[in-house]
Amino acid sequence: MKKNIAPSTRTTNEPLITIKPQHGWVSLELNDLWRYRELLFLLTWRDIKVRYAQTVLGASWAVLQPLLTMIIFSVIFGQLANLPSDGIPYPIFTFTALLPWQLFAFSLTNSSQSLVGSQNLVSKVYFPRLIIPIASVLPSLVDFAISFLVLLGMLAYYHIPFTVRSLTLPLFLLLAIMSALAAGLWLSALNVKYRDIRYVVPFMTLFWQYATPVAYSASLIPEEWRLLYGLNPMTGVVEGFRWALLGSGRVDGMVWVSIAIIVVILISGLAYFKRMEAAFADVI
Amino acid sequence: MSDIAIRVENLGKQYHIGGKRAGQRTFREALLDTFASPIRWMRGERKAFETFWALDDVSFEIKQGEAVGIIGRNGAGKSTLLKILSRITKPTRGRVELYGRVASLLEVGTGFHSELSGRDNIYLNGAILGMSRREINQKFDEIVDFSGVERFLDTPVKHYSSGMYVRLAFAVAAHLEPEILVVDEVLAVGDAEFQKKSLGKMNDAAQKGRTVLFVSHNMGSILQLTNQCILLDRGRVISHGNSSDVIHEYGETSKKSGNFASYAIEENKHAQITEITVTSLDHKRIESHPHTEPFLINLKYQVEKWPIGSYICLDVFNETDVRILWSADVAKFNELTQKRTAGEYEARIRIPENVLAPGHYYFTIAIYAPGHSTLTDVKDKAVSVEIIDNGTFLSHLGIKHHAATVIALDWNSKKL
Repeated sequence: MKKNIAPSTRTTNEPLITIKPQHGWVSLELNDLWRYRELLFLLTWRDIKVRYAQTVLGASWAVLQPLLTMIIFSVIFGQLANLPSDGIPYPIFTFTALLPWQLFAFSLTNSSQSLVGSQNLVSKVYFPRLIIPIASVLPSLVDFAISFLVLLGMLAYYHIPFTVRSLTLPLFLLLAIMSALAAGLWLSALNVKYRDIRYVVPFMTLFWQYATPVAYSASLIPEEWRLLYGLNPMTGVVEGFRWALLGSGRVDGMVWVSIAIIVVILISGLAYFKRMEAAFADVI
Repeated sequence: MSDIAIRVENLGKQYHIGGKRAGQRTFREALLDTFASPIRWMRGERKAFETFWALDDVSFEIKQGEAVGIIGRNGAGKSTLLKILSRITKPTRGRVELYGRVASLLEVGTGFHSELSGRDNIYLNGAILGMSRREINQKFDEIVDFSGVERFLDTPVKHYSSGMYVRLAFAVAAHLEPEILVVDEVLAVGDAEFQKKSLGKMNDAAQKGRTVLFVSHNMGSILQLTNQCILLDRGRVISHGNSSDVIHEYGETSKKSGNFASYAIEENKHAQITEITVTSLDHKRIESHPHTEPFLINLKYQVEKWPIGSYICLDVFNETDVRILWSADVAKFNELTQKRTAGEYEARIRIPENVLAPGHYYFTIAIYAPGHSTLTDVKDKAVSVEIIDNGTFLSHLGIKHHAATVIALDWNSKKL
């Protein structure tokens, strides 16, 4: 029987890893995340590679989805409903918004399922769990890049020139990824505990799309409601995309509200995720 | 300077069992619960979670370069300990200090993706196990060599045979070079030859001064691989010391099970075993029994609900913890085994003569409901019996070492 351990004689030798119970809020352990960056890239690469492994059309899906949606929107909202598009041809007006929207929607769907989908990893091996939702957001960037080429072609077709504003596009792209990650962190962690989240997500993205100025212009929103409208983080992103590429819309208080709300959801999402992390393996 | 590799202090892990709390609640239920709880609170009702300590006040130290086995019955806490040491789950109490890089192998091929080629999976699995890209590049040829699948390296692993799959997966794992290696029973995979190769690789790791923690039910490989053992029972450390001593002690403690076991009825269980006895054919309880005569395992069980597909089964283990026999009552397909209404039942399982070789045997009885893990009732090694040599053919020949069974085969021999 070994019960009491003699007091340690060590003075200089510190343990490399200490495992303790987790109480309350914890640090992000970003250095741990950095140490596992190769795994992050490999998981992202795996998802990209597997996604198109057994599809007939392969990567052209990335183009087809926004393109077909654009055609449907152009017919219904552009032609039939005759929605105003700030003087810009309706197809490119909506396509410019569809790109960040679909980046967001796919990333969100993937990341909300990511933890539960990686059940075998989570219960069998250690690595920073944050890698899973992050890796599930990144593959959509490939789709985005492919359909962005189509957008470039359309810009040329409609003779819409690049301006200094276009240089701000990466910032809005970053915002789109951040909002997907922010919502994905919340949903993936919630999904571990409450499996009905998976039924909520498709509806949520559908409603969310109509709450975002994808098919219509943000200028339709009465001026006094604009700041409130900015509470939908994707409003700011989509408005930013149009502002940067098409020169329509305004980057004003509404966009700043969106940015602020993204930061809030992201930070709270990280905190919630880290808090739940310890229980993932026990509950999943 | 210290030579400690792992220090575990007062480690405890508590789980909630039963009830709705144990995960996988729906969001709707959680919402309702939140609204209902103040009402319940006002009524003075408190939610009583059934909890149990999978690990309770576990402390030990392991020195660098030691190979330590962790043994114990099912449910003793071995897997929980490994999960905490591999940082998959957090303890409820206590602390663990690890002096070195840890790699854990709780499964081979974790993260393998069937659509990807063998080559891709080597990189992916390596990274999941904590190897850097450079490390994998360096060992790539060695890994491929060890696995013996070089011809199929660019084939998606979904086309691999299960043997090839396991060999490749183990090959990656075997080339991990952490300071501390935590291994669950992954060696129980692959064919005999590959198992030998894997054991050799593990032995090398230990020889090279790496600290190895090894959980297994196979006392043979524990003895072969480790010099120290920790015996766990119901979440506590019962013994820690020289492997052969601890294994002996383990054998002794499990011998205590006897010919009778009864269990109080617990609430909220759909089906449960209430009594198990070992008797002769004339229903007398037996401690020991000649191998030439049949005997009975008798059980009583209570049924409240019987989910479709449920069954009761018997495991027979020998002294070295090898499962000799497995039998389930669904083998006979009839009305009773399909739909059991609420009530009390009994079953008598006849163990035929001339099957079990002389020695000590343990019997596990379990009720399984596929997909309802909370409904399972497992009575691990609840009863035991000593089978005595009543003049086997082998003993007539003066041969002491029996095989696992003494089933007599028909030798049809003639002079040509």
